[in-house]
Amino acid sequence: MIDGNLIKNDFPILSRKFHGKELVYLDSAATSQKPRSVIDSISDYYENHNANVHRGIYRLSEEGTELYEKSRKNVADFVSADAREIVYVRNTTEGLNLLAYSLGKKLSHGDTVLLTEMEHHSNMVPWQFLRDKGVRIEYVKMKEDFTLDMEDYAEKLKMRPKIVSVTQSSNVVGTINPIKEMVPMAHEVNAAFIVDGAQSVPHMPVSFSGLDCDFLVFSGHKMLGPMGIGCVVGKLEELRAMDPFLGGGDMIREVSYDRATWNDVPYKFEAGTQNVAGSIGLSAAVDYLRNLGMNNVREHELLLIRETSRRMGEIEDLEFFGPADPGIRGGVFSFNLGSVPAFKLERDLKSGNLVVSRGVHPHDVAASLDMHGIAVRSGHHCAMPLMGRMDVAATTRASYYVYNTVEDVNKLFIALNDVKREFAR
Amino acid sequence: MTDEEINAEIILDHYRNPHNYGRIENPTSEVTEYNPVCGDTVHMEVVERNGIVEKVSFLGRGCSISQGSASMLTDLVTGKPVEDVMKMSSDDYLKILGLDLGPAREKCALLSLNAIHKALKEEGDQ
Repeated sequence: MIDGNLIKNDFPILSRKFHGKELVYLDSAATSQKPRSVIDSISDYYENHNANVHRGIYRLSEEGTELYEKSRKNVADFVSADAREIVYVRNTTEGLNLLAYSLGKKLSHGDTVLLTEMEHHSNMVPWQFLRDKGVRIEYVKMKEDFTLDMEDYAEKLKMRPKIVSVTQSSNVVGTINPIKEMVPMAHEVNAAFIVDGAQSVPHMPVSFSGLDCDFLVFSGHKMLGPMGIGCVVGKLEELRAMDPFLGGGDMIREVSYDRATWNDVPYKFEAGTQNVAGSIGLSAAVDYLRNLGMNNVREHELLLIRETSRRMGEIEDLEFFGPADPGIRGGVFSFNLGSVPAFKLERDLKSGNLVVSRGVHPHDVAASLDMHGIAVRSGHHCAMPLMGRMDVAATTRASYYVYNTVEDVNKLFIALNDVKREFAR
Repeated sequence: MTDEEINAEIILDHYRNPHNYGRIENPTSEVTEYNPVCGDTVHMEVVERNGIVEKVSFLGRGCSISQGSASMLTDLVTGKPVEDVMKMSSDDYLKILGLDLGPAREKCALLSLNAIHKALKEEGDQ
């Protein structure tokens, strides 16, 4: 069992106050806060071990290299992968761009990439770049219950996509997708399977080898680590067969004025000076999470989600976006106070529906919660197509992590009642 | 109550009970302004005659700042010379609203001013 109150003590920022209230941080799906041990590991690196890695012959540089590679091994163990399968990048977005570029190079006119309707912009836009060369993008439908339509998935696999890229856990509606079931179906048609783990790796046990996917991508900053470090985990044979994404120092074996040959995996994907301090911070974050136990992390969030579901009924007109079953839902609570449909002028004029909307706009909800010291996100959550699909202009999202408590959920609901009164019309 | 709290109450009151909400007959121009970041939308309809803003109405959906400031603006510009309205700058209108808004929410507050400027410019172009 995790005691969120004890854990709060490890996070210096959580003792800050806003508008006279203790900070209740409910925006971990955007970025997590950092424990003291992560912050200290980064300071320690710069105070004691900083030198550029891989090239120096002197002891200090070797220390940096050792720490960098130790981090890689630690992160590999955390997601049950081989250290050579870990490519360090800035974040999930960069990782997906790397894959879209390097895998995309091999696609040709008429090839299909299969995504889902609940993807983040970062798992759509890099693939849309491939449209220029005639690559088709298809989307697996999301059902009314916010789960993927598996019949539609099976149907769309018949188009024999070359690549399937799916989020393991939605940042908007929280749905945990059945990746384990989806991977073999994609492999059946020889598609490479990419898992966007930005919202899953920080929150539940995720095993790269266990999922048997071809690639897994995630960010350090959402899992207690620093910003600017993330991973592409890829099967060795896949990484070896791919062209590099960025060219420069360290990623080469030999360079002439005309051409270059590539370094081994994973170095051929790590051009230029790397974020060594970030990798060390990420390693410290992995230690912190491993110490808690990822099963316990998931159990803790389940407890908070169940409490949220139990309290939802208290607020009249609350619209909730996500699966009803907490068992297939991450620590994300997306909602609106009353209906906030997108304003579509023609539709609204035609229907004569010209009354003022009763729903409280998410920006008002977030601004008002801020006055209670509660940090939540409002807007389209980098998923504009999904907002359109759900016919909402925006939602408010509270997202939980290890340092949140049932008391935080309680504070949220007390504040939401106030917000509702404030903006009633 | 501080001045800012009073101003916030005024905006909230406009938001709760918007003035000039709906459509007008035979507008001389109409414009829809939209903020893609938050989805705030304001649709404004204007009747202009002899260089005077005779009637204004708005429709829309969005946060209290965008909708409340739109309602306030319709009161402010009705009966005013077009020239004066066109001269009103973002800073002028933010000063009138008198709220301490961050950069993100300033855009909400200025949505309606941009809309009416476009509507009146469109009118002048014809």
